[in-house]
Amino acid sequence: MIEHYVDSASTFSGDIDNVILVILASVGFWFILAEVVFFWLILKFRAKPGVKAQYISGEKPHEKKWVTIPHYATLVFDVAIIIMAIKVWHDVKINLPEPDSTVRVIAQQWAWTFVHPGPDNKLDTPDDIQMVDELHVQENKTYHFELTSRDVLHSFSVPVFRLKQDAIPGRIIKGWFKATQTGQYDIQCTEICGIGHGIMPARIIIENEAQHRVWNTTNAPKLAEVAPTTPPTSAGGMP
Amino acid sequence: MSTAAHAEQDHAHGHAHHDEGFIKKYLWSTDHKMIAMQYLFTGMAMALIGGFTVYAFRMQLAFPGMSVPGYGRVTATDYNALVTTHGSVMIFWVAMPVLIAALGNYLIPLMIGCDDMVFPRLNRLSYQLFLISSIVLIASFYVPGGAFGGAWTSYPPLSAKAEYSLTGLGSSMWLLAVALEFAAFLLGGINFVTTVMNSRAPGMKMFDVPIVVWMIIIASILFMASVGPLIAGAVMLLFDQQIGTGFFDPAKGGDPVLWQHLFWFFGHPEVYVVLLPAMGIVAEIITVFSRKKLFAYKTVLYTAIGTGVLSFFVWAHHQFIAGIDPRMANVFSVTTLLISIPVAEMVFVYIGTLYGGSIRLTTPMLWALSFIAEFLLGGVTGIFLGASGSDIYFHDTYFVIAHFHYTFFPIAFIGSFAAITYWFPKMFGKMMNETWGKVHFWGTIISFNFIFIPLFFLGARGDHRRIYDYRHFPDLMKAGMQDMRILATLALLVLLAFQVVFLVNFFYSLFKGAKAPANPWEANTLEWQAPSPPPHGNFPQGLPNVYRGPYEYSHPDRQADWWPQTEPEPTKS
Repeated sequence: MIEHYVDSASTFSGDIDNVILVILASVGFWFILAEVVFFWLILKFRAKPGVKAQYISGEKPHEKKWVTIPHYATLVFDVAIIIMAIKVWHDVKINLPEPDSTVRVIAQQWAWTFVHPGPDNKLDTPDDIQMVDELHVQENKTYHFELTSRDVLHSFSVPVFRLKQDAIPGRIIKGWFKATQTGQYDIQCTEICGIGHGIMPARIIIENEAQHRVWNTTNAPKLAEVAPTTPPTSAGGMP
Repeated sequence: MSTAAHAEQDHAHGHAHHDEGFIKKYLWSTDHKMIAMQYLFTGMAMALIGGFTVYAFRMQLAFPGMSVPGYGRVTATDYNALVTTHGSVMIFWVAMPVLIAALGNYLIPLMIGCDDMVFPRLNRLSYQLFLISSIVLIASFYVPGGAFGGAWTSYPPLSAKAEYSLTGLGSSMWLLAVALEFAAFLLGGINFVTTVMNSRAPGMKMFDVPIVVWMIIIASILFMASVGPLIAGAVMLLFDQQIGTGFFDPAKGGDPVLWQHLFWFFGHPEVYVVLLPAMGIVAEIITVFSRKKLFAYKTVLYTAIGTGVLSFFVWAHHQFIAGIDPRMANVFSVTTLLISIPVAEMVFVYIGTLYGGSIRLTTPMLWALSFIAEFLLGGVTGIFLGASGSDIYFHDTYFVIAHFHYTFFPIAFIGSFAAITYWFPKMFGKMMNETWGKVHFWGTIISFNFIFIPLFFLGARGDHRRIYDYRHFPDLMKAGMQDMRILATLALLVLLAFQVVFLVNFFYSLFKGAKAPANPWEANTLEWQAPSPPPHGNFPQGLPNVYRGPYEYSHPDRQADWWPQTEPEPTKS
C-alpha cells in the first residue's frame, strides 16, 4: 500500500510494507466489525415508549463469551503481528549482512555530512569523498552506515528505504541498507534538533554501477591535492 | 491551628458559614467543589491557549510564509515554540486538570457520599501550585529568547544547552512549570486515594463504587508511581541547563537516552492516566442513557487495573529507533501489543452494554458514544506503531500524530465535553441547551475527522513531524500533499469556530439556563441525591447510606427503570 505513495527502493522496504499491509488488513477487519456492531446496536436499541431495557449483568458465562471470544481473537492477531514485526525488525536492525561498502553519516545543526569511501572503497583513506547534504550510493550493493551526531539528537530517515535511525552525539550507531533501484530521493531529519530542524533536508542519489564509478573518479580528491608536489592534471574535485 | 484535629474543626466550622468574603470564598476555599471549578475554568482557559497555538502553526503549514491573522508571520523559532506549547498545554494543563483534578475533586466526595476530601488544605495547596505552574509556563513566552521549542518530550542535549536550543531561560521555565504541575497533582492524587479508602458512605462496598471513581483512583496511583523518575530527571536536566552538570551530556560522561527512559517511564503510563478517567466518564453516561446495568462491572475494573500494570512495561516503544539496544524492541513490542487486549476488552464491554438497552441520544450520550467510535480508530492505529517492524517507517511521522490525536482528542475533549454536559446540571444547578449542545457536537466531531484522517495519509506518504515548511522537501510536495495539509487546516478552523458555540452555550446556560432538578437524568449514583448545585458539605439532609451498586437500571422487579444507590431495600411482607 505504502509503495503506491512512496517508492520502495531497498531490499527490506517491501517487507516493511508487507507488515503494514497485514496489520492494516487485520486491524481494519476488527475495526470495521466493531464499528458496524456498535452502530447497529445504537440503531436497534433506541428508546421506544413502553419498552424497558433488559437487565443483563454480563457476569454469566453465556453473556461473558461476547467479550471473551473477541478477547482471545485479539490475542491471536496480536501474536501473529508480533511474529511478523519482529522478523522484519531483526532483518533491518539486528542481523546486519556483510557490507560491500561503508559510509559515514554525521549529523549536526543543521546539515548532514556524508563521508563516502571513494574509489578504494575504504574509509579513512585520502580518497574519501566528503559531501554535505548529498549521499551517493550504488544500487544492489550492501552498505553499512556509521551514524553519529556532533551536537544534539538527529534522526537519519530515508523514506524510500523505510529506514530510520536516531543519531546520538558521542556514539556511533551502525545500520545497513541495499538499494534496489536508481533515483534521487529525500533524506529527512526526523528528530527535532532546534530551530533549523525544518531546513535539514538532504538527498540520496542512487546510481548504477557505471554512474557511480564515474562519480567516484570525478569527485575523489586527487592524490595531486593530497601530495601538492605533483601539479594537478585535470579539472574537477570536491564540490 | 497546626494539628490535623484543629484543621478538621476549622473545616467543619466552615460548613456553617456561607457568607464568606471573596478571599475566603475563592482564594482560600477548601471546598472540593470550589477547587474543582477552579481547576475546570483554569483548564478551559489553558485550552484556549492550546487552541490558539495550533491555529497559528497549522496556518503556517497550510499557507507557508503567510502572515497569520491574529499572530503574524510564524518563524521557524516560533513554530517550534508553538508546537511545544500546544503539546505541553493540551496534555499537562488541559487533560490533566480537567479530567483528573476537576472531575476527581468534584465527583469523588459526591459519588462516594462524604462531605469533602480528607485533606482539604492539601487540596487547596494543589490548586495553588497548579495555578503558579500555569503562570510560569505563560510567562516563559515573554522572557529573552522566548518559550521553549524542543518539543513536549524535551529531549537533551537540545533541551539541556542554551547554545543548542537558543532558549536558555525558556527551557528552564518550561521544566519548572512541568515540575510544579506534577507536584500539584501528586498532592491531588494522595487526596483522592485516601478519600476513597476512608470516606465512603456507610454500606458502600468496593464493588459499589462507580467506575469513574475507580478509574480516577487507578489513574492517580499510576501517576504517583510513575512520576517520581521524571521529577528526578527534571531536576537533573535543570542542573544540566543552569549549572552545567552533565547527566545527559555524552562529553561529560552522561547519556542523552537516559532522559528518554525517565520521560517515557512516566510518559506512557500518563497516557492511561488520562485515558482511564475518560473511560470512566463514558461508563457512567452510557449506563444512564441506555438504562442498562454496566456489562461485567468487575471485568471493567480488572482490565483497568491490568492496563495500569502493563502500562509500566511498554515505555520503550517510543524509543525503538532511538539508539537503544535493538533487541529491547522485541520485548517492548510484545508488551505493547499485549496492552491492546485489556483496552480492547474495555471497549467491547461498553459496546456490550448497549445491547438490549433503551438508548436516549442526549448530548452527553452522543459524546460518550462518539468517544467509543473515535477511540477505536486511535486504538487500532497504535498497533502499526507498537509493532517494531512497521514503526521503523511510521516513527516520528504524521501517522503518529494522527494516531495519538485519535486517542487524545477523544480523551481530553470528547471525554471532557461528555462530562461537562452530563454533570453541568449538578455543578451549576442549570440545564444546558440541548439543541446548541448537539450543534456543537456534530460540528466538532465531523471537523475533527477531517483534520486527522488526512494526517494518516500524509504520514503514510512520509511527512515527518515538527517541520515548519515542507517546500524544502521535494518528495513531500508531490501532487495532493499540500492540498491535504490545507484540508486539515481548514477543518481545524471549523472545529475551533464550533467551540464558540460551546462557550456561548456554557455561559448562557450558566446564567440563564432552565433550573435543574436534583436528578434530571434519573441516575442512580449518589451525587444526584444531593441538591443541584450541592451546598458546602454536599448532603444537607445527612450523609447517605448505600444499599446497592451504581448500575441497577431496569431491574425486572421494579416499576421504575432506575434504582438509586441510597434507596433502602423494600421491606419484605
